[in-house]
Amino acid sequence: MAITKQNLRALNGDEAVAYAVKQSDVDVVAAYPITPQTIIVERFSEYVHNGEVNTEFVCTESEHSALSMSLAASATGARVFTASASAGLALMHEILYVTSGCRAPVVMAIANRALSAPINIHCDHSDSMVERDAGWIQIYVENSQEAYDSTLQAFRIAEHSDLLLPTMVMLDAFFLSHTLESVNILADETVRKFVGTRKIPLIRGHGGKLVPFKLDPENPITMGPLDLHDYYFEHKRQQEEAMQRASGIIKEIHDEYARISGRKYGNGLIEPYRLEDAEIATVCLGSTAGTTKTVVDQLRSKGIKAGLLRLRTYRPYPVEDIINALENVKAIAVMDRSHSFGAQGGPVFHEIRHVLYDASIHPPVVNYIYGLGGRDMPQSLIHEIYKDLQKILETKRVEKPVQFIGVRE
Amino acid sequence: MTTEKKGWKEIPIAGVCWRPTTDYLTGDWRTFKPVRDKEKCNRCLMCHVFCPDGAITWNSETEDIGFNYDYCKGCGICKNECPQEAIEMVLE
Repeated sequence: MAITKQNLRALNGDEAVAYAVKQSDVDVVAAYPITPQTIIVERFSEYVHNGEVNTEFVCTESEHSALSMSLAASATGARVFTASASAGLALMHEILYVTSGCRAPVVMAIANRALSAPINIHCDHSDSMVERDAGWIQIYVENSQEAYDSTLQAFRIAEHSDLLLPTMVMLDAFFLSHTLESVNILADETVRKFVGTRKIPLIRGHGGKLVPFKLDPENPITMGPLDLHDYYFEHKRQQEEAMQRASGIIKEIHDEYARISGRKYGNGLIEPYRLEDAEIATVCLGSTAGTTKTVVDQLRSKGIKAGLLRLRTYRPYPVEDIINALENVKAIAVMDRSHSFGAQGGPVFHEIRHVLYDASIHPPVVNYIYGLGGRDMPQSLIHEIYKDLQKILETKRVEKPVQFIGVRE
Repeated sequence: MTTEKKGWKEIPIAGVCWRPTTDYLTGDWRTFKPVRDKEKCNRCLMCHVFCPDGAITWNSETEDIGFNYDYCKGCGICKNECPQEAIEMVLE
């Protein structure tokens, strides 16, 4: 299919997500407002009020209920969307596991915000990083355009018959959620064709009869029963298998979307930037990648072989792609916008070092914890990181494997 | 647990039951077993009404109640509710 006609609009990240949901013919949205996600549900409730969408919109009394309701609606075969952030996502914690365990393909947008205390409404990745083990696909976006594109892709990914994995799309609080950007919007008809309707696979229910995998009084099945030591483990093993399949399917859907939109984000899992011949490189997620690309360009213009690896999907974790992208880099700095207290570094750092253990060479990998609670990450600080990497390259020595950058001493 | 255990590739996803849950004979959870004194029992069916597992049923042929020990977990509610004090809980 050729690249289709698009409309350029000025939207912030939240509005871009809401617009994607509006075009995706969602049956149920159950949500509770929390800064900085509020605009998503606010805009969407306007679409409902104006009769622009055919969606059951439910204002719940808490995030725990919002996701519980989303899960229940999804179990009936509905297409479901919700959104949250920070403490709201933390309150959903229990139901995140129930949703993925029930294989309910709910799509959720997260406007990444710090966790209390002290209370803070600004950006860091602490809220979604702690949920990386919950069995959800996680996609971290760099800008509002990607927030729009990824939300559309998320419905296809989550509802894919071979996956049935709930999917989170993460956008950085305020840097993306509240910042107006130019966003190219596909025509409604193009989105309808791309996203399609939710297809319900068949499953062997009671007595081994093949029935649709949904709660249906005509063909009753039991969902979410007690599952003890005799079968629970097998069901968890199935979830891992679906995650393994997800990498290929995310790439396919990303490529299909690229053909109609003209927009690609690396291979859909990772986005290497000027990495081919890079000697020093950083690894990061989210909007910081945009600033880092500018820094890389500045360094390249001075002849410094700098590069960047942006992780787009954090679950499934693109192990092979990361190894291939970083194998020839001589010194690596991982930027973490969250911290694991007492663990010597942040989660992205741990997992980058972990996959490089299997690579043929072992470059020095250092960690910078940055931007907690929305602390800005300007070009000057990113330049400092690359300077440190150059020093490591020259001296072949790592003085401090884990550092905090942008914090006052 | 009476079914043969299958591997993860063979079972439906998400814990969807492929056999009726009645295949699980929950009666083996029981420690105390309800035993009825047929002389004292006047067939009022209070035990049938209160049994949380539906394990006490009325047999219209014999015109008498019967305990289904495959599913009776031995909770003792029938003993507690019996107005005739006709049920005794006996250690298995």
